[in-house]
Amino acid sequence: MAHAAAATAGRAHERGLDVYTQKVGMWIFLCSEVMFFAGLIGSYIVLRFGASDAWGEPGEVLNVPVTAVNTFILICSSVTMVKAFAAAQEGDQKSIKIYTLATAALGALFLGVQGYEYTELILHSEWQGSHGFTPQAGLYGATFFTMTGFHGFHVFLGVVFLSWASIRAFRGHWGPNNYQGLEVLGLYWHFVDLVWIILFTIVYLI
Amino acid sequence: MDWSLPLNLSTQGVVIDRLFWIIAVLTGVAFILVEAGIIWFSIKYRRRDGQKAHYTHGSKKAEIIWTAVPAVILAVLGIYSGGVWADIRGASALPQDALTFNVVAKQFEWNITYPGSDGRIDTADDFVVRNQFHFPANEPVIVRLESEDVIHSFFVPELRVKQDAVPGMTIPIWFEATGTGEYQIACAELCGLGHYSMDAQVVIHDRADFDAWSAGQAAGN
Amino acid sequence: MATIVAEGTGQAILEEHHPQTFLRKYMFSTDHKIIAIQFLIYTLFFLMIGGFLAIMMRYQIAWPDQTLPGGGILPESMVASGYMLPEFYNSLVTMHGSIMVFLAIMPMLVGVYANYLIPLQIGADDMAFPRLNMMSFWLMVPAGLLTLASFFVVGGAASSGWTLYAPLSARPDLSGVELGQIYWLLALVLIGLSSILGSVNYITTVINMRAPGMTWFRMPLTVWALFITAILGLLAMPVLSAAGIMLLFDQTIGTTFFLPEGGGQPLLWQHLFWFFGHPEVYILILPAMGFTSEIIAAGSRKPVFGYHAMVWAIISIAFLGFVVWGHHMFQSGMNPMLGLSFTISTLLIAVPSAIKTFNWMGTMWRGNLHFHTAMLFAVGFVAMFAIGGLSGIFMASTPVDIYIHDTYFIVAHIHYVLFGGSLFALFGAIYYWFPKMFGRMMNEKLGKVHFWLTLIFFNLVFFPMHGVGMAGMMRRIYDSSGYAHLQGIQDTNALITFAALGLYASGFLFAFNFFWSMKKGKKAEANPWNATTLEWQTPSPPMHGNWAETPVVYHGPHEFSHPDVEDKDWLAQNERPDVVSPAGGGH
Ligand SMILES: [Cu+2]
Repeated sequence: MAHAAAATAGRAHERGLDVYTQKVGMWIFLCSEVMFFAGLIGSYIVLRFGASDAWGEPGEVLNVPVTAVNTFILICSSVTMVKAFAAAQEGDQKSIKIYTLATAALGALFLGVQGYEYTELILHSEWQGSHGFTPQAGLYGATFFTMTGFHGFHVFLGVVFLSWASIRAFRGHWGPNNYQGLEVLGLYWHFVDLVWIILFTIVYLI
Repeated sequence: MDWSLPLNLSTQGVVIDRLFWIIAVLTGVAFILVEAGIIWFSIKYRRRDGQKAHYTHGSKKAEIIWTAVPAVILAVLGIYSGGVWADIRGASALPQDALTFNVVAKQFEWNITYPGSDGRIDTADDFVVRNQFHFPANEPVIVRLESEDVIHSFFVPELRVKQDAVPGMTIPIWFEATGTGEYQIACAELCGLGHYSMDAQVVIHDRADFDAWSAGQAAGN
Repeated sequence: MATIVAEGTGQAILEEHHPQTFLRKYMFSTDHKIIAIQFLIYTLFFLMIGGFLAIMMRYQIAWPDQTLPGGGILPESMVASGYMLPEFYNSLVTMHGSIMVFLAIMPMLVGVYANYLIPLQIGADDMAFPRLNMMSFWLMVPAGLLTLASFFVVGGAASSGWTLYAPLSARPDLSGVELGQIYWLLALVLIGLSSILGSVNYITTVINMRAPGMTWFRMPLTVWALFITAILGLLAMPVLSAAGIMLLFDQTIGTTFFLPEGGGQPLLWQHLFWFFGHPEVYILILPAMGFTSEIIAAGSRKPVFGYHAMVWAIISIAFLGFVVWGHHMFQSGMNPMLGLSFTISTLLIAVPSAIKTFNWMGTMWRGNLHFHTAMLFAVGFVAMFAIGGLSGIFMASTPVDIYIHDTYFIVAHIHYVLFGGSLFALFGAIYYWFPKMFGRMMNEKLGKVHFWLTLIFFNLVFFPMHGVGMAGMMRRIYDSSGYAHLQGIQDTNALITFAALGLYASGFLFAFNFFWSMKKGKKAEANPWNATTLEWQTPSPPMHGNWAETPVVYHGPHEFSHPDVEDKDWLAQNERPDVVSPAGGGH
């Protein structure tokens, strides 16, 4: 990803999508991610229709206010991601550093809140008469932890890449001629954000 | 092996077998045309010195014909199949007030619940017999399939009946035997190490014989 | 006219041309050609393993009351006092299917040939993401090791069928298999990831890295087929991964996605599996169709008959492939009302397959047919695939499917498609592109013997299975001697097993030819078949970076016997007719 156009540089080629290769690759990869989450979400819908009494009312077990704050954190991180990319295009080195690091930090904060939420659910909550809301707590627990867990795993990968991007930012790596890596990472990050908004809606609010 | 379907003993089997042979003839003709064409071309156009291939990128007309002809044949076949399927498995196809049996599969046996002397299932005089399925010929009967553990499949070749038994579901099917005799239920869905030997005896009686057998079983309980 | 875009300098490519260590060059190579060869060796190995499992199964089916020859060397958990155990038989059934589909045929079609051919046929110097490409091979290595190891753990390998139907696959207490199932599911997740990374690479490469002049409708049909296949893999594999992960959780941490006792749904597994599984069938056949088109055109010395129809057929097969999954589930307990729509979509998908078959015959018609081994296998593919396609019509018809579902009729059908189809085309592809890959020719005499033996034994194995299925023999049964209706077919089962032994043995003839020719075969020219596509317009094997100079494409992919060209019966994609034969004038 470092040398954005390296793979196609230096060779004449037939007109493709007029978008550099790494960006095309990320779009295509995200199509696959859409199908992965569609598989999980589709299963959730089928299972919930099939056994609706296995689910709690919104707010009964899950802590909606805390998660709403967490959702807000993730949305903010998308904003800082956009700012980081814009700063790279303009060559504003100071802003690149601030916003890239902020995005990574907000992502990490989201994971921290999710970790807190999981701990509370598993250790200190009640569900259907038993102590602790766990992945074994019926289909509700299983689908909740599987979907939010896989989303969290995607956030975690994003934070790893954002940390790497931040290190590069502090080395002055990004700039008007070298913003593609940030842009591609941004695509991934916005996707993860979007998936969360869908999950938040169907898992916590409905 | 004689390339035939086994003896058919059900009303559904008559239409299923007919459809099978219709498809066999259609695909048989297509099979012969395609294979003969390939062999003929392979011999006729094999490499010869000085022979130059005919330069063409295709023919719209030919392509339209060999798209349309299979499409029409397949569409007719699909609609015909759909009609037969609806007669067998459609929601309204299930006969009213037919003699009903519960068949519960589990690794690796079939437990059949009989309606007992009142002829009605889910009543106090029901009785259960393991691995023996007796029922009367010449009237529709309903089998409600269930499974206690994994997926099994209820298969009686002579009745042309096959339906998976799925844990957590009750699946009703029906059939009408046209003759009597002793046959077997086979399990057609891989269900574990005893899958191959998950069979049960099927005995098709005259109605009078069946009533007598059923009364005898009920008395024995 | 197409727009030609040139960017930057040649720096990035030149940098790759350092002398490399053995490890960098052959093990952790990022060169698509080396990765393809790694995949080829890997998949041939698993083809041999998968075939061997089938031979053991066949022995048990033919002679259930006899001891397994050489069974003594296997552990007691597989073969006890000489007799194969039913639990081992179930593992054989399961792992034969799983290995053949996921570790042999699919990676051979895609891992080998998408890797090898896409850059060469579109005139690119490598894949868009060479390091991802390397990773997609190295993910397959632990997957293969897990699969092999699963045979030797407590409880043996997975035994719930390649379709992994829950609850059997999810409940160790009911299947007797715990670790083996977990190993296989983990392998499946790795295979899924590998396949997705591969797909991203192939799709991006085709979209963005075509040589100047290589417009969409000038791409060889192999590229089209592999491109569409990559899209299928991209969209279908993640669904399998999601389902496989849920199954893994049911199996290990006590969730109940597919277990009714916890409110889960066994049929949900089947819907997810077949939503993946049917596109998977086309992943396994579309590339084979692409190879066949290419080989038949070159062998017939004619352009592909109806090139555009062939492309649209590939696209429509792929699209329809996502809406037919329910035809695997007619007897599953799914709402019977869904039957009709799945029947119609399934019969519809037969139409593009028919178009392709007729177009291949149209390509042969009035050609000048060169029957080298690759051509024999390609024509064999058409003949065998036709049988597999026609037998599919029986099961698409829901009422007939009631009887033949889960019988050997299905086994016959799937093998006519996957062996008579995919594997015949793959053998053709190996013979055809071997000179390009290794710079040497395979032995034609041995190749022809291999073809005829394969054709004869293949049909002796699988054609009678239609009859065995008509007699009502269920799939996956360890011993049919307990069934009255199966008494009459035992001789046929023995005949099938003898033929299977012959089929397997003829594979070794191929293996010998393959490895012997790699070292001792006749040196290959750049273009031994006088073919037109770009991969033949560079040395055999091509250098790192593929091209001395980026090719420029002037016309479609299969310009054989062009009337304006004198002296030769082919016109490469990067040759202009008015330059080759100035007298002829433009076309
Ligand atoms: Cu069973």
